[in-house]
Amino acid sequence: MADGQAHTPNLAHHFDSMDQQRESSSLGMWLFLAQEVMFFGGLFVAYGVYRFKYQEAFAVASNHLSVAWGAFNTVVLICSSLTMALAVRAAQLGDKKRIIRYLVATILLASLFLGVKGIEYTEKYHDQLVPGPTFQYEPDFDQYAVPVTAETAHPNFAGHVHLFYSFYFVMTGMHALHMVIGIGLMIWLIVKAQRDRFSREYYAPVEMTGLYWHFVDIVWIFLFPLVYLVWRH
Amino acid sequence: MSEHGQPHIAPLKTYLNVFAALMALTVLTVGVAYFDLGAMNILVAVTIACIKAYIVILYFMHVKYSARIIWLTAAAGFIWFVLMFALTLADYATRGWLPFPEAW
Amino acid sequence: MSAQAKQENYLNAKHTVASWLFSLDHKRIALLYLLTILLFFVLGGIAAMLFRVELLTPGPAVMESETYNRLFTMHGITMIFFFLIPSIPAVLGNFLLPIMLGAKDLAFPRLNLASWYVFTFGGLLGLGAIIFGGVDTGWTFYTPYSSTYANSQVILAALGIFIAGFASIMTGLNFIVTIHKMRAPGLTWFRLPLFVWSHYATSIIIILGTPVVAITILLVAIERIFEVGIFDPALGGDPVLFQHLFWFYSHPAVYIMILPGMGVISEIIACFSRKRIFGYPVVALSSLAIAILGFFVWGHHMFVSSQSMYAGMIFSILSFLVAIPSAIKVFNWVATMYGGSVKLDTPMLYALGFLGLFIIGGLTGLFLATMAVNVHVHDTYFVVAHFHYVMVGGMVMAFFGGLHFWWPKITGKLFPELLGRITVVIIFIGFNLTFFPQFIVGYLGMPRRYHIYPEEFQFLHVLSTAGASVLAIGYMLMAVYLLYSLVLGPKASRNPWKAAGLEWTTPSPPPTHNFSEPPVVKFEAYAYDEEEVYQDDAEPGDKGHG
Ligand SMILES: [Cu+2]
Repeated sequence: MADGQAHTPNLAHHFDSMDQQRESSSLGMWLFLAQEVMFFGGLFVAYGVYRFKYQEAFAVASNHLSVAWGAFNTVVLICSSLTMALAVRAAQLGDKKRIIRYLVATILLASLFLGVKGIEYTEKYHDQLVPGPTFQYEPDFDQYAVPVTAETAHPNFAGHVHLFYSFYFVMTGMHALHMVIGIGLMIWLIVKAQRDRFSREYYAPVEMTGLYWHFVDIVWIFLFPLVYLVWRH
Repeated sequence: MSEHGQPHIAPLKTYLNVFAALMALTVLTVGVAYFDLGAMNILVAVTIACIKAYIVILYFMHVKYSARIIWLTAAAGFIWFVLMFALTLADYATRGWLPFPEAW
Repeated sequence: MSAQAKQENYLNAKHTVASWLFSLDHKRIALLYLLTILLFFVLGGIAAMLFRVELLTPGPAVMESETYNRLFTMHGITMIFFFLIPSIPAVLGNFLLPIMLGAKDLAFPRLNLASWYVFTFGGLLGLGAIIFGGVDTGWTFYTPYSSTYANSQVILAALGIFIAGFASIMTGLNFIVTIHKMRAPGLTWFRLPLFVWSHYATSIIIILGTPVVAITILLVAIERIFEVGIFDPALGGDPVLFQHLFWFYSHPAVYIMILPGMGVISEIIACFSRKRIFGYPVVALSSLAIAILGFFVWGHHMFVSSQSMYAGMIFSILSFLVAIPSAIKVFNWVATMYGGSVKLDTPMLYALGFLGLFIIGGLTGLFLATMAVNVHVHDTYFVVAHFHYVMVGGMVMAFFGGLHFWWPKITGKLFPELLGRITVVIIFIGFNLTFFPQFIVGYLGMPRRYHIYPEEFQFLHVLSTAGASVLAIGYMLMAVYLLYSLVLGPKASRNPWKAAGLEWTTPSPPPTHNFSEPPVVKFEAYAYDEEEVYQDDAEPGDKGHG
């Protein structure tokens, strides 16, 4: 039954129809995202185990992060998810101008997020909280909102704080790396859109990049409360 | 194949509503973190995050309008993660249950 | 008919080197994979031969302890990550899956080619690690030795495995999409060959498991490069956490290795018993059951680590449960042969070898899943023998069985049947001579990964090394007659085994787009009671097997 369909330049030879091609790429993308869930999942499990084991040190270490920056970035990322969703919608409607406009907005928001992340990393660098040989942390138990004292604290309290920051940098760094890749994809989409490569029938790359971007957003939706909002009362 | 036809195009209002909900939940998750709920703090935080992720997946990622297999794939990733987490934590949570002798 | 002899096929379509290196044809990519993994098989085999020589004597003989450590690590890494995991899926699966589904290609041909490049690059990094001083952590990379103390090329090897992992994810993703979206008209799920079912299950494990080992191995590399101490006990890090994450993938990886083999065995047994696989739907679903259950048993590798005893009990029970779907398969294969007109051609001999060795490997797995027994034989040669019975006795037998079964289809040439049969017997004897003594020496208390041992173990080790030589001779004999058949072998007809299955309805070797006309499926899989299913239109003068 597929034989009757007109051949379109965007239909690869091994597919019978545009529908089959579109459904395949969408399933492929979702499988890729399932894979990504498990990739970040390994990190979250490791973080979860340590947070369970060293609750006090992790609470204290988390209190050194700025909730304001974290919350600001959460808002920025949700905005970028909205503009991305609207870019995909524009693609569905075949509106080339809007695709480009919304993609540019998404890229700007993403850059803003990365800029803030840069500020946060720099602060941590000045406080010598970057994990590794230069890491310096002297516990000051009088200062903490967390109920832990020099007597009750684990002898390796500073080590546990070091662990927290190892995870903070690896997890947010891995997330930022995914964002950089996403920005690259969006630039590629803008070039393609400029060359009129998309149409109402063919816009799979926009849709797939959108899925990827929303996934990156979801990772942050979990990272923010789990890393920034430990023991804030 | 052709009975699937054109994909569903959600109205603009849907996206704006989802956006508003995500914002509200962000405010909620920050606010609730400043109340002492004991062990419930983490549960509330994770629950809110799950709700946010769920509506992103449903509306922004169009799973609401997608085939069952997409729905299943998305769910599989999360279910597998939960099982990995649960079984790993089953070890750490029960390690102290069996007291070790202080000296042989 | 005579026009068919000059017909264009995927092998003679183009001859340039670029037409191979940039081919998007799944059949050519499968052959690229075949050459690459055979290279790793040979390298891993050489490492094994070298340390088997060392193990001839109780004291140090031809190498230092450090060299010995590097050799067994090289053997483990190359054999597991660079040979066994891609072996059947990336070669036979890649070649056959689209044809069995009646499709022109996999869903994402470019991704398929990319996966080969990614795999080769990862493999070369792994090789680089071996060349620049070697790795001595064992293939398991246990922390904190790997993350803190080992002074070998851990980073390079870890990155190689990390990268090769993505090649396997690409393959798995491609398979799942292809199976879902590109089946020929009439090819319903329960008409699929069991080879396809087992690859579907394998791909699920690849998608959900591989990323976990990728991030775990990456964490080890990050810890070494930036000295951040993720598993470092000095900071309160837990080395056992590494084991959790590592085995979350690496136990299911056993099923990535064995499930495709089980698919091959199903095809072979159905063909050479001339019967539909007994209890087909149950065998199909047991693959999925293995894939899912196999994820939740990883703690059985950690009974003697600091893992809680209660977690150990859960993992032990779950491990016993996986035996059920595995046993279902074995019983159904045997039931298929019962009352069938069994023909003992080379592929069938491999399948029978698989059955016997897999049963031994699987049952000793149950010993090891029992906590109390495990404590005694943990990290001994008993474990080594167990997983070689599953991996080599199971998977490698299935791989070579499959390679022989589809050799006429892939190359268009027939191999010498008598030599084939002789080789199976040599390999079977060599394998058992190598690994059965290891059950005994392990049970007597010989730990794995040591090359100095008490004198009373020497006899068993000598047997083992002798067996390894026989095994090597078997493999070399196979290489010789397969290469011979490539050049001088008689031309294969379309369906020399008179087998059922879409791949046998297209010429040998298949044309570039697999079928001249899109096939329509009218029968169940293995419909050996329908004569039109397994016809062979051999030209007079062509000699089929018989
Ligand atoms: Cu295991």
